[in-house]
Amino acid sequence: MNLAAGTTRTPHPAGAAEVEVRDLVKVYRSGRSAKTIVDQCSFTIERGKTTVMIGPSGVGKSTIVRLIAGFDRPTSGTILVDGRPVTGPGRDRLVVFQEAALFPWMTTAENILYGPAARGERGASQAADFLLDKVGLRAFRKKYPTQLSGGMQRRAELARAVINDPAVMILDEPFRGLDAMTKKLMLEFYARMSEEAPRTHFFVTTDIDEAIYLADRLLVMRHSPTSVRAVVEVDIPRPRSPSAILADDRANAIKMQTLSLLHEEAMKSFASGSKAAADFVDAYRRRSSSA
Amino acid sequence: MMPTSVARGALHIEEVVKIYDPHGARIPAVDRCSFNVAAGEICMIVGPSGCGKTTLLNAIAGFLPIDGGTIRLDGEILCGAGRPQAKVGPDRIVVFQNGSLFPWKSNLENVAFGPIMQKAMSPEQALDTARRMMAEAGLGGLEHLYPGETSSGVRRRVEIVRALINDPTVLLLDEPYRALDALTKSVMHEALLEMYYRKKTTIFFITHDLEEAIFLGHRVIVMTSRPCRPKLILDVDIPYPRDYGVLTSPRFRELMGAAAAAVQEEAAKAFELGEKEGVAA
Amino acid sequence: MTTYVLTAPQGPKVGPHLGRPRRHILGLATRRALVAYAVVLLLWQFGATSQSWLGTRLPVIGNVPSPVSVAVAWVGLVGDPGYWQSWYLSFSRVLLGFAAAVLVGVPFGLTMALNPLFRGIAFPVFELLRPIPPLAWVPAAVIFWPTQELSIDFVIFLGAFYTLVINVMQGARAIDGRLIQVARSMGGSRWNVFRRLILPGALPSICLGMEVGIGITWEVVVAAEMISGGGSGGTAASGGGLGFFIWSSYVGGSYAQIVVGMISIGIAGYLSSAALRRLEVLLTPWRRAY
Repeated sequence: MNLAAGTTRTPHPAGAAEVEVRDLVKVYRSGRSAKTIVDQCSFTIERGKTTVMIGPSGVGKSTIVRLIAGFDRPTSGTILVDGRPVTGPGRDRLVVFQEAALFPWMTTAENILYGPAARGERGASQAADFLLDKVGLRAFRKKYPTQLSGGMQRRAELARAVINDPAVMILDEPFRGLDAMTKKLMLEFYARMSEEAPRTHFFVTTDIDEAIYLADRLLVMRHSPTSVRAVVEVDIPRPRSPSAILADDRANAIKMQTLSLLHEEAMKSFASGSKAAADFVDAYRRRSSSA
Repeated sequence: MMPTSVARGALHIEEVVKIYDPHGARIPAVDRCSFNVAAGEICMIVGPSGCGKTTLLNAIAGFLPIDGGTIRLDGEILCGAGRPQAKVGPDRIVVFQNGSLFPWKSNLENVAFGPIMQKAMSPEQALDTARRMMAEAGLGGLEHLYPGETSSGVRRRVEIVRALINDPTVLLLDEPYRALDALTKSVMHEALLEMYYRKKTTIFFITHDLEEAIFLGHRVIVMTSRPCRPKLILDVDIPYPRDYGVLTSPRFRELMGAAAAAVQEEAAKAFELGEKEGVAA
Repeated sequence: MTTYVLTAPQGPKVGPHLGRPRRHILGLATRRALVAYAVVLLLWQFGATSQSWLGTRLPVIGNVPSPVSVAVAWVGLVGDPGYWQSWYLSFSRVLLGFAAAVLVGVPFGLTMALNPLFRGIAFPVFELLRPIPPLAWVPAAVIFWPTQELSIDFVIFLGAFYTLVINVMQGARAIDGRLIQVARSMGGSRWNVFRRLILPGALPSICLGMEVGIGITWEVVVAAEMISGGGSGGTAASGGGLGFFIWSSYVGGSYAQIVVGMISIGIAGYLSSAALRRLEVLLTPWRRAY
C-alpha cells in the first residue's frame, strides 16, 4: 500500500488506472416500455487526474457511475479499465455514494478496515490508524456512524475507500446536501487528499463551482438520453483555494463557457417536468438489486 | 434599483427581540434586530444555521410572538407592544423548505385552493386564474397532474404560484430551494424572477446560498450568528432582468467576494459553537 | 433547523432568571399515572363491593372479585408451592417453545430471504399454514406428539415461529443494497457479506420479531394449558402452569384466584419482554448510540 509512502506527486503514479468508455448505451426495460438513459456515450477518464462529470439532475450520471463500478451491465458498448473490460464490481473501482453508505453496525475503525479484513490482509490496522489521523477522525474510531455528523461520515467513507488503494476513485455527488460550511471544508479536504496521493478520480456533481475547483477536466453531459456534450480542460494550477478560484479570470472564463452549455441542458431537462421517468428507473433499479 | 410605482409591502423591523426559554435556559434568538425592506423589493437574508433568521420570518408571518420591538407592514403594526403576535393572514404567505402541496389535490386544485377557501373568487374564476398563472409560470400542461407525479422542481414552482395567486403583500420564502441540486436551482431562480416581474410582490427570502442571494436580490443582508443582527447590507446594483450570464460578470464576483468574507466570519463562529459538526458524546 | 439549546439540561437546574429550583420529586407523567391507578383501584373496589354498601349489585362490575380479595388470595398463594410450580411450568414451556422457534425460525427466515429457490418452494407452504391459528393446532398436536407436554410446546413454538420468520425475512431484505455493493466491490465473499453485513443488519428485525413473538407465546401457553388440561403437570390446582391454574380456579370457584392468575401472567409476560429488550440492547449497540 503506497499510502504510508511519501507525498510527492508523480506524473503517472503506479496503481492509477485509465478508464475508457466507448459507445456506451443503457436501456432500462420494464414490461413493454423501455427508456434509453445513456446513448452512445464515449469519454476517457485520464490516469492520475480528476475528471468531473457535470450535468442536470436526474437520470444519466448515476447510471454511468454504476456501469463503470460494475454494479450493472451496459446494454451495449464497452468500458475498459487499463485495457481490460469491466465484468463486475472490483476493488480497483470503489464508489462513494451521495448518501452515506457506512455500515451502521460497525464502528468507524471497523468500517475502514472492512476491505482489508474481507480480503484476509494482515497488518492493515496501521494503515487504518494513519488514515484516521489524516481524516481527523482518530478520536471517533470507536464511534458508530449515527454518532458522526454528515461531514464526518463522508470523511470516514473516503478513508474506507482509500485504504483499499483503488486504481479509480468514483464519487457520486458525495457532498450534496451538506450545509455550506461543511461542504466547503469537505471540498478543501478532498482536494488536498487527491493532490497528496494522486490516483484517478471520477467525480460527479451538479454544482459548477465545485466542479471547476476540483477538476482537471470537465465532462458536460447532455439531457436524457445522456452522452458527453462537451469536454472542457481546466488548466488552473494546483494547489487551488476556493477564494482564489473566485477571483481567478481563467476559472471565470471556464465557468462562463460551461454555464451556457449546462443551462441549455438544464432547461431541456426541466421542460419535461415529469417524474415518471425518474420513477421508472428507480423501480427498475430496486427490482434488479433485489433479484 | 428599487422598482417604482408599488405602494405596498414595506416592512419595518425595529429592535425586535425573541427569547427562547426551553427548560429555563434563556436563549436569545433575535436581539434588538433592526432593518427595513422597501416595498416591492427582493430582500435576501443570509446567515449561518440557527442564527434566528427563520424566527424573524415566523414572527412576520404571525407564527410566533416576539418579546420586544416592533414589526410594521406599510406603517401598520403587525406585532409589537401590546400585541406580541401578529395575526396570520393571506397578505403574508410563507413557502417553506419542505414541500407542502396537498398530495390528494391536482396541481391546479392546489393553486386555486387559497382564493376558493377565502371566498376571494368563485371556483370557476379561481380555476381560470390558476390556469392562466400556471401557464405564465411555464407549468402549462401540468395542471391535472398530482404533485407526486411531478419532479421536485415543478412542485416548488407550483407552490410559489399557489402563494402568488393570493396576491400577497409580502412573499416569505424560507430556503425554498435548499433541497434542489444546483442546476435545477438556477432554473428555479429564473422562473421566480419571471413571476416577480409581473406583480412586483415584496419578497423576503432566507437562504444559505450566496450565489442565489446575489443573483435574485435587490439587497442582500448578511446576518450575524445567533442572536442575529444585520452584519453587512449589500446593494446589488445589477440591473434586472437578470439571466445566468450575470453570474460570471465582474460586479457579481466583486459582490460575492465581499459577501463571502462576511458569511465566512460568522459561519466560523457558529461552527465553533459546534452547531453543525456535532460533538459526539 | 438546529436546536437553540447548546447543552441538554442535566437534572435539577436553576434557571438564571428564576430564584427557585425547578425540581420535582416525581415527574408530572408519573404522578398522573399514579393518580390514574389509584382512581381505577378505587372504582374497582367500590364496584366489586357494591352489593354490601349500595344494597344492589351493580351490573358487570358488581360480579367481579374486589382488589382487596385478590390481594388476600395472593398473599395466601405466595406460601403455596403449587402456585410457584405453575409459574415454573409455564415459564419452562415458554422458554422451550420460544428457543425452538428462534433456533429454527432465524435460519429458516434468512435462507428464505437470501435464496430465491428455497423461497420459491418454502414460502408458499409457509404462507398456507400461517393463517391457521396456533391454538387450532392443539387437538391435532395432542394426537401427533407422543406426550401432552410436547404438544403444548409445539403449539407454543408455532406461536412465535411465524412472527419471527416474517420479521427475519423483512429485516434481511431491507438492508440497503448499496452496502452490499460496497462490500462486494471491496472483495467481500458471499459468506463474508452474510456474516458481517446481512446478519448484523437483520439483527434489529430479529430482535423485533422476538419481542413480538414472546407476547404471542404467552397468549398461546395460557390458552394451550387451559385447553389441554395442564399436560403432565397434574390435575390439581397445584400443577399445570398458570393457564391451567386460572382454569381450575374458575372450575373450583375461587374467583379471586382467577384474577391473581391473570395478573401473574401479565407480570410473567412483562418480565420476558423486558429480558428480551435487554438482550436487544446488548446485541445491537449501534442503535442506542447517538
